[in-house]
Amino acid sequence: MFTLYDVPVRSRLLLGTARYPSPAILTEAVQASGTEVVTVSLRREAAGERAGQAFWSLVRELGVRVLPNTAGCHTVKEAVTTAHMAREVFGTRWVKLEVIGEEDTLQPDVFGLVEAARILCAEDFEVFPYTTEDLTVAERLLAAGCRVLMPWGSPIGSGHGLNNLFGLKALRARFAQVPLIIDAGIGVPSHAAQALELGFDAVLINTAVSQAADPARMAGAFAQAVIAGREGFLAGPIEPRDMAVPSSPVVGTALLR
Amino acid sequence: MNLQVNGEWREVRAGDLAAALAELGFADAVLATAVNGQFVPAPERGAAALAEGDRLEILAPMQGG
Repeated sequence: MFTLYDVPVRSRLLLGTARYPSPAILTEAVQASGTEVVTVSLRREAAGERAGQAFWSLVRELGVRVLPNTAGCHTVKEAVTTAHMAREVFGTRWVKLEVIGEEDTLQPDVFGLVEAARILCAEDFEVFPYTTEDLTVAERLLAAGCRVLMPWGSPIGSGHGLNNLFGLKALRARFAQVPLIIDAGIGVPSHAAQALELGFDAVLINTAVSQAADPARMAGAFAQAVIAGREGFLAGPIEPRDMAVPSSPVVGTALLR
Repeated sequence: MNLQVNGEWREVRAGDLAAALAELGFADAVLATAVNGQFVPAPERGAAALAEGDRLEILAPMQGG
């Protein structure tokens, strides 16, 4: 059990809702994942199609908490305005704050991110900033009022897992009391297990599940991975060594030459 | 008057945002609105007068990561 802005959360797997083959498969994946938090976004609605209305009723039936994002925003103003609109539509103060700085990597614009976070925290939003592993940026985000950080593992949708282990470990060590969620770049369940083994509180997955051949099955696999990773962290992993250490006792070895 | 509705030019008779939404077929829909890049909260739509060339953004819940 950990808490996100005073909300107790059991499942350490947060799930994105984008790019599933069908709404039915999205529902199956959410159920198989055991997640309690899913991310959603806001997009232009066509009057005739009312796609957003159908999606919203599906999400409400899932009975999970929603975390609206500001995906696609490249400026502070766009992100702040999107957050205002999301708060009204979804009825939550939670917002996954994304201010994209670079097209190829979808790397966050950390300067805009800090500025937008300051504005939104002052307006009583509960901000989940999508950030890098940079310690100074993390410091500034916390000073702005964020009480959760979401560092990337690697670029969104890349499936590369945890790109900068050294930086992520430093972030975890430096902010031991802050809920840290690895967001973006996780490709397979072992990446998620690794994040939890390092002491990260949770992972947010989308593409790795929604684009898997069998999304519901993959969601279940991730659910097991985060449990295994967390248990491994709590159990106190050994330190890696360069040389072998025999695991069987040396004393009492028979002389059989 | 002509308005840009979600990026497309539309002829609209209504003079305020609430009436425009109804005219455009969005009555009762769950959505958020902005005019010329400024968020207009739902309770203020009736008082939000529209002018020729205004840009309306009508956003609804959608899949997201």
